[in-house]
Amino acid sequence: MSARLKPGEAAAGVATPSGIAVPVVATRDLAGVPDLERPGVFPFTRGIFADGYRGRPWTIRQYSGFGSAEESNQRYRFLLEQGQTGLSVALDLPTQCGYDPDHAMARPEVGKVGVSLFSLSEMETLFEGIDLGAISTSFTINGTAAIIYAMYLAAADKQGVPRAQLTGTIQNDILKEYVARGTWIFPVRPSMRLIADSILYANEVTPRFNAISIAGAHVRDAGCTAVEEMAYTLANGLAYVDELLRRGGDVAKFARRLSFFFYVHMDLFEEACKFRAGRRLWAQLLHERHGVTDEKALQFRFGVVCGGSSLVAAQPYNNIVRVAIENLAAVLGGAQSIFTCAYDEAFQIPTEFSAEIALRTQQIVQHESGAAATVDPLGGSYYVEWLTDQMERGMREVMGEIDAYGGVVKAIEDGWLQRRIAVRAKEKKDATDSGERVVVGQNHYRREAQADSYGEVFRLDPAIAGRVLEKHAQLKRSRDAARAARALDALEAAAASDRENLMPLLVECCHAYATVGEMVERLKGCWGEFQEPVRL
Amino acid sequence: MSAAAAGPLAGKRILIAKPGLDGHDAGAKVIALALRDAGAEVIYTGLRKSPEFIVRVALDEDVAAVGLSILSGSHQELSREVLAGLRAAGAGDIPVFVGGTIPPQDRASLLEAGVRGVFTNDTPLAQMIDELARVLQ
Repeated sequence: MSARLKPGEAAAGVATPSGIAVPVVATRDLAGVPDLERPGVFPFTRGIFADGYRGRPWTIRQYSGFGSAEESNQRYRFLLEQGQTGLSVALDLPTQCGYDPDHAMARPEVGKVGVSLFSLSEMETLFEGIDLGAISTSFTINGTAAIIYAMYLAAADKQGVPRAQLTGTIQNDILKEYVARGTWIFPVRPSMRLIADSILYANEVTPRFNAISIAGAHVRDAGCTAVEEMAYTLANGLAYVDELLRRGGDVAKFARRLSFFFYVHMDLFEEACKFRAGRRLWAQLLHERHGVTDEKALQFRFGVVCGGSSLVAAQPYNNIVRVAIENLAAVLGGAQSIFTCAYDEAFQIPTEFSAEIALRTQQIVQHESGAAATVDPLGGSYYVEWLTDQMERGMREVMGEIDAYGGVVKAIEDGWLQRRIAVRAKEKKDATDSGERVVVGQNHYRREAQADSYGEVFRLDPAIAGRVLEKHAQLKRSRDAARAARALDALEAAAASDRENLMPLLVECCHAYATVGEMVERLKGCWGEFQEPVRL
Repeated sequence: MSAAAAGPLAGKRILIAKPGLDGHDAGAKVIALALRDAGAEVIYTGLRKSPEFIVRVALDEDVAAVGLSILSGSHQELSREVLAGLRAAGAGDIPVFVGGTIPPQDRASLLEAGVRGVFTNDTPLAQMIDELARVLQ
């Protein structure tokens, strides 16, 4: 499709972060055949909607949550009053890893990186005064995703909101947890079952809810390139498709509710082209491999996070500029929902002040920049079309390497993929240390005796863990213990065989105020725990 | 891991550990690779280890130093628990280093508690290795 870069056309040493040599000037012959594609039409290079953001602006979805449900509820109400359009719930590590707050491993982590949601009682508090029928909610939850989804359904039941009305997303992507994010609990195979259970159940019960968000963001932030980020993610996506097919799912149906999630780092064009290429490639893969023709099922819908490890602690206010550029890249790439990190996220949980700047950044891009006025405004640029082709080719190559190894599940169980990412992370660190990779204010343009100003310091109330523990003890005293025990017994019995979808049983556990830790203990009893391959 | 390597940390056995529930291990692995390049013999615990487990491995493996990688904000509690565990086991002389997402204002109190060095992701690897080599001389 595209002409290969000819020798001499790349300025020496100038390459995208994925290592693609950049031409001094992109010309018509480089871009190949003029692209006559229209957005909203297969293979969707230019976007999944014919009218882009005119019909549907992206969802501004800031990730937040800390401490107890009460504190997070206040932050959510603040963000919603300020014009945020979707909630994104950060959960603390005990909730993510399946420990109750009174577990020895949990104690130091309670309420630290997110809110503690040990049972339905906490979720009811979290959404007090927020109509779940009117808001879309995203949960960054994986190891315990099915449980948190069940809890959300129970919370909606309690509010009297019909389940079918719920919109939102659970991340529910366990494969990348084994590779980069680390909140796995069970071995790969039973985890895949739990994911298939939740997706198939969600297709029926909450047809507007995304029961999975297949995420490349974390492997990217761990150090791999943009091309690898997309390739690993699509490889994981195909593994989920295979599992759902094995379970008797209809690909034309469940593929409509598969969604994706990525990081946006600092190369404006590579990031925008990553999404153009990934969108096209996913549609082609589903079409080639599974014969999917349903347009909705072929559409690659994704959310992004801007910032992460592209933000640095040195001269932290510069991060505001970085996030703005990344935000623009996400819009030029056609993201459906965007989270912009606050400038201080390189070293702390954002303050209300920094969180507001991050939110305003999106509103400036949305309403002032003009980038959202027309679909895919970069389409037809010689450079952008060429780079999109190059990236797609790179993604196919990386996916081919995974296939050659024996597939992504094997690559993860063996630790092969984890090792690849560790090596990439080391390369990136070396390039940063040497100054080859320029980070303004950190390794270049650094003032002598630079006093980095950090602005306001976020202080987590140290009494939070104690309050959460007290509420946990209180719940155990006040709930109907017999109902909780019955629900947990039923869950365990169903988990021990492979015949039944576990979702209705998890919903009943939540309604009975069984805790996350109790549900996970029962499942561990049946399935065991993942044994991490440590290969360096 | 290859033994008998050359480099500023040659012959040193170093434990890199992930205490608590934090699953971000890219940093720990980069450090492990860098220490190995510098000649050290590196033991990496993998994710989600309790302070007790880390202390036990440090003793069993007779390490020269312990590096804790913490990005979850629990560095104060977890570092202190490891330090206390080593002291209680009569191994308070094993230097403990901490890396990860450590807010600048927390650095001093960690050092005061007995941590020998704090490294964040903008610390150049060469600088970290120099510092380790100096402490482990």
